[in-house]
Amino acid sequence: MNEEFLNTLGSIVGTATPLVIASLGETITERAGVVNLSLDGSLALAAVLGFAAAWTAQEAGVLNVPMQIALGIAVAMLVGALIALLVGFSSIKLRRDQVAVGFVLTLLAAELARFLGADFTRIPGPQITRFNIPLLEQVPILGPVFFQQNLLVYFSYLLMFGIWFWLFRSSGGLTLRAIGERPEAAYARGAHVQRLRYWYTFLGGALVGLAGAAYSLNVKPGWSSPPAMQGDGWIALAIVIFGGWHPFRVVLGAYLFAALRAVSSNIQTNGLFIFGQEISFPFVLLNALPWLLMIVTLLIVSGGLTERLLQYMPRAVQHRLRAFLRSDPPKALGTRFEME
Amino acid sequence: MNIGNPRALAIRIAFLLLPIAISLAIGAALVIAVGRDPLEVVDALWKGAFKDSRKLGGVVNFWIPLTLVSIGLVVTFRAGLWNIGVEGQMMMGALFASWGAQYIPLDESLAPLLHLILIALAAIGGMFWGAVVGALKIRLGVNEIFGGVALNALVNVISIYLISGPWQPRIGGSAQGTEPFPTPALLPEFSARFPTNLFMIALVIAAFLIVMVMLNATRWGLNLKAVGANMRSALLLGVATERTSMSAFLVCGALAGIAGSYRVLFTFDNLRPLASGGIGFLGLLVVLLLSIRLLWVPLIAFAFAAILTGSTRLQIALQLDSSLAGVLQGLLVLFVILFHGVQEVFFPQTMADDETAEDSVPSVSSVVKEKP
Repeated sequence: MNEEFLNTLGSIVGTATPLVIASLGETITERAGVVNLSLDGSLALAAVLGFAAAWTAQEAGVLNVPMQIALGIAVAMLVGALIALLVGFSSIKLRRDQVAVGFVLTLLAAELARFLGADFTRIPGPQITRFNIPLLEQVPILGPVFFQQNLLVYFSYLLMFGIWFWLFRSSGGLTLRAIGERPEAAYARGAHVQRLRYWYTFLGGALVGLAGAAYSLNVKPGWSSPPAMQGDGWIALAIVIFGGWHPFRVVLGAYLFAALRAVSSNIQTNGLFIFGQEISFPFVLLNALPWLLMIVTLLIVSGGLTERLLQYMPRAVQHRLRAFLRSDPPKALGTRFEME
Repeated sequence: MNIGNPRALAIRIAFLLLPIAISLAIGAALVIAVGRDPLEVVDALWKGAFKDSRKLGGVVNFWIPLTLVSIGLVVTFRAGLWNIGVEGQMMMGALFASWGAQYIPLDESLAPLLHLILIALAAIGGMFWGAVVGALKIRLGVNEIFGGVALNALVNVISIYLISGPWQPRIGGSAQGTEPFPTPALLPEFSARFPTNLFMIALVIAAFLIVMVMLNATRWGLNLKAVGANMRSALLLGVATERTSMSAFLVCGALAGIAGSYRVLFTFDNLRPLASGGIGFLGLLVVLLLSIRLLWVPLIAFAFAAILTGSTRLQIALQLDSSLAGVLQGLLVLFVILFHGVQEVFFPQTMADDETAEDSVPSVSSVVKEKP
């Protein structure tokens, strides 16, 4: 395989990282039965405040660069976690509708990001630098794609495996799945349903905040209005559904979206050649592709269409194909749990 | 119900005022945080919205589309549907109206007819995009929130393609906007002192009254409510749930489309990217603030339109970003929702009978979990 191709794959893995982290965060929140619909705004607010914190530290000349970045990341994670907690609190304690609160928070956080970010628009700030992993970077194919990245990207790999292990190989994860599927049963077995929901909402929100920082300190450094990540929050929410609330599939979905986006932006800058023949059409229309993919994936995993098509398949493969294509949400997702 | 009880009354009033006070306080704190004087902001907002009749006309020009989409959203919310796609339906209406404005050759003398045609086209455009969200939701099981978000983005891509391609100005084509539409297509100003369009105001009032009657005095309104409250029991009661849901999308789409036409045929005089300007999302906030009660929509929409109009002055007078308007509106709606919860959970005896907010906003379970 040629080097240029591997570099492209590597850059897709890099640019997909915020989507990966945000979707994984939302996955654990939703596994606990809470929908945090505020992602699109949370990402923006976390990104701008994280960047503002890191930039301010840099201007003041305090801390060294890695610590400035760490400060920015910490601020961003806190922002994401607090917004998520608000969704959790309003649902668990105040019995409000999660979608309503989440939607209002999406708009509010996005406007707040624009307002507070006005003074930080288009200025350079500290950036996360690349760090190749010794030895692993030499591995053919895998090295250039996965191991010539930065620490945040490596963290996203660990996060994926960590969440998978926690969900499916630990007793804590069993409880987590239980409070999202059958909270009454989990409660009867002695689980602190509400407390755990708070905790996983907080944790998921912190990861969304981290994803925000991944934009402003790495993938699309700095801040601009309209924000570079606008719309990605919604895509991340759709990826969770596409991924069937399973960390591996969720990450696959995030890479798929990032790859599609890389292809479309590459065509828009370099043109499209098929067998050496230049193909020309209005390339702006390519910006529709991620959204079409979003509709199509949701159609496949949650629509009735797949079910109907499956009927025509040979019986032997039906079951397997269904398990592969369809995804069912945690049964108690979005519902309240009352301890009566 | 203890409305007569003075203590209960005091608590009710407190819960009405507290969200407003808290959002204003947070807004003031934000303004201070960026080093400005909150009183100056209030002054700028007020002058920006009400300084003279011209400014007031500006408020009305936001009020018209905002009230239209809000009325439509009351309908979809009644049916338990989250029509986030309303922004895109506005935009599709704007696109249809823009097509007509450019290609229907009717001269000045037939301008009123042309306006009717253009508004009808816009309504059809909005209905079309609403029907796509509806079909995805009802026939194909794609959640209307995600379908709506995607369709919003798609119509924006289409509009940018049209503006930078087939509809680009002959000279200096760019992605800024089409050429101004021919004069007969543009909705006329009432007067230079009060630049707004009376026909559209009349249309908004008519839409308000018609939808009010339809919701409260027809079988259709009852069916909507039944579908919104509980899809399964509505089906068992013999309500054609799919058709009812689809009709809600169509009505909302039509109103949103008309709202979109006002943006291009009056506000801008041409088609621009994002011509809908977030008004659809703002309509969602208006309706959420009111727990889906139609009666107060025109009033709250007016208040929101005033804040929006006033905010344009923030940039000029104080070099403050106009997004402060959105921040204030968002805070207000958030705290109204939260305090509604506080009141319901901690002071249930002070709630009026019709305020059992449990079913005032569609239950999330119907939103996130699709029927198989």
